[in-house]
Amino acid sequence: MLEVKNLSTSFFTDDGEVKAVRDVSFQLNEGETLGVVGESGCGKSVTALSILGLVQRPGKIVGGQILFKNNDLVEADPEELRQIRGRDIAMIFQDPLSSLNPVLRVGYQINEAMKAHDKIAREDVSARSIKLLKQVRVPDADRRIQDFPHQFSGGMRQRAMIAMGLSNRPEILIADEPTTALDVTVQAQILELLRDLNQEMGTAIILITHNLGVVAGLCRRVIVMYAGRIVEEGTAEQIFESPQHPYTWSLLRSLPRVDSNRRERLRSIEGLPPDLIAPPPGCAFNPRCPFRIEKCFSEDPALALVGTDSQRAACWVTMDRAYKEMGAKDITDTRPGAASGVRPPKELADVVIDERTLEAAPEDQGELVGGS
Amino acid sequence: MAAEAAVSLPPSVPEAAEPLLRVTDAVKHFRVGVAATVKAVDGVSFEIRRGETVGLVGESGCGKSTLGRLITQLLPVTSGHIVFNGVDLATLRGETLRQQRKHLQMIFQDPFASLDPRMTVGDIIAEPLVNFGVIRGKGKDARVQELLRLVGLNPYFNNRYPHEFSGGQRQRIGIARALALNPELIVCDEPVSALDVSIQAQIINLLADLRSEFNLTYLFIAHDLSVVRHISDRVMVMYLGKIVEVATSEDLYHDQRHPYTKALLSAIPLPDPRVESQRRLVELSGEIPSPINPPSGCHFHTRCPIAQVPGICSEEDPPLEEKTPGRFAACHFSDKVASI
Repeated sequence: MLEVKNLSTSFFTDDGEVKAVRDVSFQLNEGETLGVVGESGCGKSVTALSILGLVQRPGKIVGGQILFKNNDLVEADPEELRQIRGRDIAMIFQDPLSSLNPVLRVGYQINEAMKAHDKIAREDVSARSIKLLKQVRVPDADRRIQDFPHQFSGGMRQRAMIAMGLSNRPEILIADEPTTALDVTVQAQILELLRDLNQEMGTAIILITHNLGVVAGLCRRVIVMYAGRIVEEGTAEQIFESPQHPYTWSLLRSLPRVDSNRRERLRSIEGLPPDLIAPPPGCAFNPRCPFRIEKCFSEDPALALVGTDSQRAACWVTMDRAYKEMGAKDITDTRPGAASGVRPPKELADVVIDERTLEAAPEDQGELVGGS
Repeated sequence: MAAEAAVSLPPSVPEAAEPLLRVTDAVKHFRVGVAATVKAVDGVSFEIRRGETVGLVGESGCGKSTLGRLITQLLPVTSGHIVFNGVDLATLRGETLRQQRKHLQMIFQDPFASLDPRMTVGDIIAEPLVNFGVIRGKGKDARVQELLRLVGLNPYFNNRYPHEFSGGQRQRIGIARALALNPELIVCDEPVSALDVSIQAQIINLLADLRSEFNLTYLFIAHDLSVVRHISDRVMVMYLGKIVEVATSEDLYHDQRHPYTKALLSAIPLPDPRVESQRRLVELSGEIPSPINPPSGCHFHTRCPIAQVPGICSEEDPPLEEKTPGRFAACHFSDKVASI
């Protein structure tokens, strides 16, 4: 239904071109739930904004296609995009307070989205607003529709945002960190709501989040992003049970789990994400990867099929090999190159921070600041 | 960074040890407007033993950060006692209180707001040393560099400014500042919640390493129960200004005695699709009531799945009682929680 092909989006800042999204391709099928996970700055939100044509200056889509119903949204003129936005593809944001207008009643703001697109008959608009609020389980909806946003609690506001997003029965709902600002018990309610909406109305959902737990509960398929690129893609079971990219694997191991043996030390990922103005040569994860090989410093791996079906990873090594040849099962040392023993070539030593070499020279011990 | 040697968490300190901190009936009320009062902390008592890490969890607005600030005396208590090392901090003023602060430090949530952007990292870390006249001249620089090294930063970064560092590195700077005076108790207020997952683990490991190296005592405040449970020996759960359950980290996960704890645990999403597909959410009705006008009786009765309303739950506030040795809960029906 939605196909993103080789999308690249950059921000042109005074310091240089920040390549926020680099060569990202994925598909979304009808009624599907797709999770996009990654840490801050990995490009997950910019990807979503690019789909809706909402990237602001100094940002710009510098390449690729976004195909929706055989239309390329990258080429579409602003008026066409405006028609699609909110009608066919809707988006909900992280902070419901700053996304709602504080001086307009909640009901008015939900009506507004419907009136703008004429998809719902004008006389039905108000009745539908109440129905939507009921659907997102706002109690006492007939009365609450007259409230202003500040009279709603955080969870209620996010419900109102979802109601607004769903008002024109979109085919795709993009939810960017929809529960990050909410408490865990409220988060659980909102996730249940999204799950039910997906099942009852068949709305496809793209869920963008840094929270791996949230993705595991809602999404059938998962994309993992790092430094502006997709590093791994697969079904939720594949990603969580047999991750193939060392980044996905490390990320899952670094989480303290409430159901885990808490005496075990967390396996952190050493170092910092790279500077997107001047990403390291080769694979962007190589400065932090315990399993890197020589090739990782020179060639950037493409997303390729691993195993038999649907799981793809952008890695020269992949975890299957790391388990077989580098003892990944038992490693406790997560420092870069720890499992493979590979150090960066001399000419890259300054670019690729290697704590294994740094430790030999005590006066330079410790982390360095990227990009300064 | 410290090598990845298996640094195990310290064993629980024996029960008999004299507590480092004893809080008794701490109350903090804030006046809002003319007639209203926010009961942010509403009668809280607990102890922290030397060398122990106690976690404090709860949702936003439950009063956990206010409680942290009462303990460090960044806020005065409305009533109650904060007995630290045998001295009631709530009765101290001026210089005598200032001297006690040396032993009691805090790590803040926001690594951007808690460091002065116009001071160098060296000055930020040295400020407590200068403030208390502990060390001067050359010795000061050496101590700053030692502290930077301890928290895994390059010791020659002391002339840089906070904006040159990432969030995780700034949090390390905040930790170095807290360590400067060799404190006995550190109150960590959401120290990792502003950080990315991969950086979170680095900071949690660092805090655990420092704890075993300097025999530190932590009060670890956070909303994320997975993080709290990982680092803490005991966990206290707070709801609307009151502690509703206290248990060891092990017990808390396996067997809850307060319905709120059970709901909180059931709501945590796990990075495991198979577990998630079988999730059984203990759904709470509604949202947290206002602390200005908390519900009568048990504060939790408006959302509780097993409350007897009208009845004892809406009439009588349950005290925090020891249900089995070492396990405290404030619930009239704590024996029924397992069956929810």
